[in-house]
Amino acid sequence: MYELTREQEILVKMVREFSEKEIAPNAQELDITGEFPADITKKMAELDLLGLNVPVEYGGAPMNEVSKVLAIIEVARTCSSTAEMFAVQLLVNGIIAAYGTEEQKQKYLGMTCREGKLGAFGLTEPGAGSDAGGLQTTAVEDGDSYILNGSKCFISNLGPGEGDYAIVFAVTDRAKKTHSGMTAFLVDRSTPGFILGKLEDKMGIRGAAVSELILKDCRVHKTQILGKVGKGFNIAMSGLDSGRVAIAAQACGEGQAALDAAIAYSKQRVQFGKPIAAKQGIQWYLAEMATKLEAAKLLTLKAADLRDRKEPAGMNASMAKFFAAEAANEIAAKAVQIHGGYGYMKDYAVERIYRDARILTIYEGTSEVQKIVIAKELLK
Amino acid sequence: MKIIVCVKQVPDTSGVVAVKEDGTMDRAAMAAITNHDDLAAVEAALKIKDATDCKVIVLSMGPAPAEGMLRELLAMGCDEAYLISAREFGGSDTYATSQIIAAAINHIGLGREDMVFCGRQAIDGDTAQVGPQIAEKLNLPQVTYAAGIKVEDGSITTKRLLEDGFMLLKMSRPCLVTCVKELATPRYMRVSGILKCYSKPLTVLDYQTLKNDPLIDDDTIGLKGSPTNVYKSFSPPSKDVGVMLDGTPKEAVSALVALLSEKHII
Repeated sequence: MYELTREQEILVKMVREFSEKEIAPNAQELDITGEFPADITKKMAELDLLGLNVPVEYGGAPMNEVSKVLAIIEVARTCSSTAEMFAVQLLVNGIIAAYGTEEQKQKYLGMTCREGKLGAFGLTEPGAGSDAGGLQTTAVEDGDSYILNGSKCFISNLGPGEGDYAIVFAVTDRAKKTHSGMTAFLVDRSTPGFILGKLEDKMGIRGAAVSELILKDCRVHKTQILGKVGKGFNIAMSGLDSGRVAIAAQACGEGQAALDAAIAYSKQRVQFGKPIAAKQGIQWYLAEMATKLEAAKLLTLKAADLRDRKEPAGMNASMAKFFAAEAANEIAAKAVQIHGGYGYMKDYAVERIYRDARILTIYEGTSEVQKIVIAKELLK
Repeated sequence: MKIIVCVKQVPDTSGVVAVKEDGTMDRAAMAAITNHDDLAAVEAALKIKDATDCKVIVLSMGPAPAEGMLRELLAMGCDEAYLISAREFGGSDTYATSQIIAAAINHIGLGREDMVFCGRQAIDGDTAQVGPQIAEKLNLPQVTYAAGIKVEDGSITTKRLLEDGFMLLKMSRPCLVTCVKELATPRYMRVSGILKCYSKPLTVLDYQTLKNDPLIDDDTIGLKGSPTNVYKSFSPPSKDVGVMLDGTPKEAVSALVALLSEKHII
């Protein structure tokens, strides 16, 4: 159904080789220490991976949405935390490429593509998760600037060593409804009043930096407005489909890693005189896992393909995100089960994958939100 | 200055080596990779290109699917590729292969400043003969087992790796160097390279193109022109499982000495 182009086949090979050699050896360590190796983002920038959706003139090497999916899958196969960083960066890139001024694109896309600098996506707040309309952070006009105040939580690509800039969403006109009262800003980390809050201590994807961001009288020049004043909500929503497809791809990669580990272990683990792979019960598990994974990949590639064709992809992106995230959790749980007691131990990768997969049904729109989107489309 | 790098697509022997019933290697059942030493040669050439902006050409002899490997090398940064591919060249041993590759290098042309890099040996045949034979047929000075290359005006200095040390050898250009994998770690392809690799020139050199070269003769190419013939192929019998001696080093040594004494070896 989805025959890869010759370039995509080489891309998969390249990302797989890079991930296996450079990312996989550190995945376990990254999970334990939570310290993201800075040289990985530099290496990913050197290979143009961080510029996979950035025009050439800003230092990128643009390929299409299907290619993005393929690349994220390969990274996620070796390390969910790195895949999360990668997926978020592509989301940030996409928004800046679409709405940024020439100067903004040169500066921010350039620093990501050439130096491996990361951008954070600052939408979520303690009171505004699935309901982005509940935003409390304010931006008040003051001469040639806006003064930002508020606090954001669960901000990806933001940590002690990560995040050189952030896209921050704030309310510029409380009187107007969400759709026209919210504005997006590009805020440099060095801006006074841009304060790194608590680094979240998470169940999974422990290597991916996720922090609280506090904005305290943070003065941002009007040239840092991303898009137009009052268009923040549209900008936030424009990234949704792409972001959901990216997380679906991450889920496919994690599912693949869990399945690969389960197959390898079931061939090697001998009980009652035979490898457990010879038992029908295990075979059925593996067959179910592989089938779910295949379905998840096809849904994800279809959603990406629709986006490449510029066709409406909202429902398909939600279907892909919903199904792939749930499938990855089921596959990871079964992989732990197949590993038995060893699967519960940190010596085996499936223990990490199981924890890493848990966030997939929550962030970038919970499974429940995805179902609302799908149902809304069906019933309109 | 240009560097022609000779590369070979070989079966990946890191996994299971598939052998057919008749004892020959089942290449179709094994993944194809670029020979490790050849990749080191490509990387060494690309490093020189980074420093001098010279041209890097990759040259391979093999069936049509070898184009995929050449495209990947173009994605790594090589400028141009040639694939020698013809039924007449099939079944060539190292003598015939080097004859044909030398003719191809004549066709491409070797200038006064140019160099030919080869991998030391291919992991499928392990002969280490093709590179040196190409040099002989082209009357080029050669250094084998290079683990370091320094390009100077009109010459190069190579660090020739030996079992118990190394030699530093200087030779004039044009010349041929066979490279060991310690020479350089191959770079990854870049996405921008991948996007360009199918628009870079790749030329297929067939029998018709090369037949007028004096090196190409029906008696010097293909199976007929190959003085060596494979008498028999077989998988070596697997060794018995060894004995692991547990305990501290001292205990293990005592146990080992006891075993060797028991067998009257010491």
